[in-house]
Amino acid sequence: MGDLNVKKIILDIISIVAPDADLSDVKSDVRLRDQLEMDSMDFLDIVMELRKRYKIEVPKEDYPKLASLDSCVEYLSPKFAALTPA
Amino acid sequence: MHYDAIIIGASMSGLAAGIRLAYFDKRVLILERHYAYGGLNSYYRLDGRDFDVGLHAVTNFCNPTDRSAPLSKLLRQLRLTRDDFDLRPQRYSQIKFPDKRLRFSNDFALLEEQVASEFPESAERFRKFVADLREFNDTDLSKPYVSARKTLEERLGDPLLIEMLLCPIMYYGSAEPHDMDFTQFVTMFKSLFLEGFGRPPDGVRKIIKALVKKYRAVGGEIRMNSGVAKIDTNRGCMRGVTLDNGETLTADVVFSSAGYVETMALCGDETTQPSPDETGAVSFVESIAILDTPPAKLGHDATIVFFNDSETFTYAPPNDLVDLRSGVVCCPNNYEDHEHLTEGIFRVTWLASPTAWFALSEPAYREAKARCNEHFRNVLDSYIPGGRDRIVCTDMFTPLTIQRFTGHRNGAVYGSPKKRRDGCTPVESLYICGTDQGFLGIVGAMLSGITVANLHVLSKA
Repeated sequence: MGDLNVKKIILDIISIVAPDADLSDVKSDVRLRDQLEMDSMDFLDIVMELRKRYKIEVPKEDYPKLASLDSCVEYLSPKFAALTPA
Repeated sequence: MHYDAIIIGASMSGLAAGIRLAYFDKRVLILERHYAYGGLNSYYRLDGRDFDVGLHAVTNFCNPTDRSAPLSKLLRQLRLTRDDFDLRPQRYSQIKFPDKRLRFSNDFALLEEQVASEFPESAERFRKFVADLREFNDTDLSKPYVSARKTLEERLGDPLLIEMLLCPIMYYGSAEPHDMDFTQFVTMFKSLFLEGFGRPPDGVRKIIKALVKKYRAVGGEIRMNSGVAKIDTNRGCMRGVTLDNGETLTADVVFSSAGYVETMALCGDETTQPSPDETGAVSFVESIAILDTPPAKLGHDATIVFFNDSETFTYAPPNDLVDLRSGVVCCPNNYEDHEHLTEGIFRVTWLASPTAWFALSEPAYREAKARCNEHFRNVLDSYIPGGRDRIVCTDMFTPLTIQRFTGHRNGAVYGSPKKRRDGCTPVESLYICGTDQGFLGIVGAMLSGITVANLHVLSKA
C-alpha cells in the first residue's frame, strides 16, 4: 500500500475520532498532537479504530510511532502490506 | 449466556460506557431494574406534561470551538454531535445571600466583575486563584483528598466569599457534608463558572434518548425491568450476575453504576463490605410546579438561584425533615430558545434528612409532603408575587422517592463521600462508574463511563 493511502487512512480515522478537527492543512512531519489539539483519549481511539477497521494491532509501547503522519506511514505501511497479499 | 461486559444500570454513565465498548465490537449487555432510562437523571410524564428528574442544568456548557472542554471530549468519544444534545445556554444565574448577591453567566467575566465589586479587597486574590484553577489537572485520577474549605481559606481569605462560592458547587455535587475534596471543587468550579449551564429545550430526555439510540446503533443490548439480585464471585474475582428472576449470566467484566456501597452489597461477601460511613447521607427534596405562564413574563428571569437566607451557610443533612435556610430555585424556561414552553416550570430544591423521611409512617409522609408544598408556595410567592395562584399542578420528590427509583441508599444523589476515581473495587473485574467514581454532573457522569471503559477494557486489549 502506498504512502498516500496510509496517510489518507489515518486522516479518515482522525476525521471519525475528532470530527471537529481542521484537517485541511495537516503537515506530515509535525506531531499530530501539536497541530490538532488531540489528547490521549483521541490517540487511544486512533489505535482502536485501526483495530476495528483493519485488524491492525498497535501495542502500547509503539504509540509514539504514531506521532506524525510521516511516522504513521513508516510504522503502519508494513502492517498494511501484510494484510494485502501481493 | 456470556458477555464481554455487563453494565448494571441504564444510567448516563452506564450508557456511555456501553457505547464505547459496543462501538469497539465488544458484546455488551446493560441491565436496568427500572422501566425508565437515565438513573439519577431521568424523566417522566404526569398529567400529559414532561418532567425531568435531577436535571436543573447541564453544567460544562462550552463553545463548539473549545475542543479540549469536557463536553467536546465526550461527544468525540461517543461519536455524537452537538446537535444530538441540543444544549441552549442559560440567561444568568445568581448566588443570593442575606447581604450580598453574585450574578454569573456562561461568560466568566460577569462573575469576575461581580466579585470585584462586592468583594473589592479579595478581587486580586480571586483572580490569581482562578488563574491557578485553570491550570489545575482535575482529571488526574490519582490526586489525594485535600479539604476544599482549607484551601479556599488559604487562597481567598474572605469567609463570606468562600461560602458564596461553595453554595452552588456543593449543591451541584458534594456527597460530603460541610466540605468537599479540592479536586472535586475544581472540577465543579470549572463546570459551573468557567464553562456554564445549558439545557436541551426538550429537557434531559433529549440526551438520554441520544445515548440509547447510539448504544443500540452500535450493537449494544439492553434489558429493562431486569434487576441484578447478585454479583457472582469466586475467590475475589467477578464471574457474572444473577438476575432477580434467577437467570445467570457470565461476563469478563462488570461495570456497575449502582453506587459503590450498593454494588459491594450485591457481591454478598462480608469481607469486602464498606464501613457504614461510606454510605452517602446528603439528600434533597424538590418541589416542582407547573405555572400557567412562563416565569420571565411574571418578572423572574434568572435561570438558577442558589439562595442562603441565614447568617452562615450549612451544607449537611438537617436534623429535621428539610433545611429551609438554603436551597436552589430553578426555572427551566429561563434558558435561551425555550420560548416554546408556554407553561412555566418552577422548581425548588432543599437539603433533606434521609433518616427523618424514612422514619415517617405513610400518613405522616403525605402530611410532610403537603407541608413542604406550602413552604414551596411561599418561596414561589417571594420570587413571583402571586405565583401560587398560577400553579396548574405540582409534583415532589423526597429521599424516599430517590431511593425507590434509583436504588441509591439514603436517596444520596451524589453517592458515597468516598470516591473511587479509578473505578476499582476489591473484587477483580468488577468496576464502578457514575456518581461513586467521582466525576460530577451530567457531562461528568458520561465521562465517568467513558473513562472506566477506556481504562479497564479498551486500553488493555
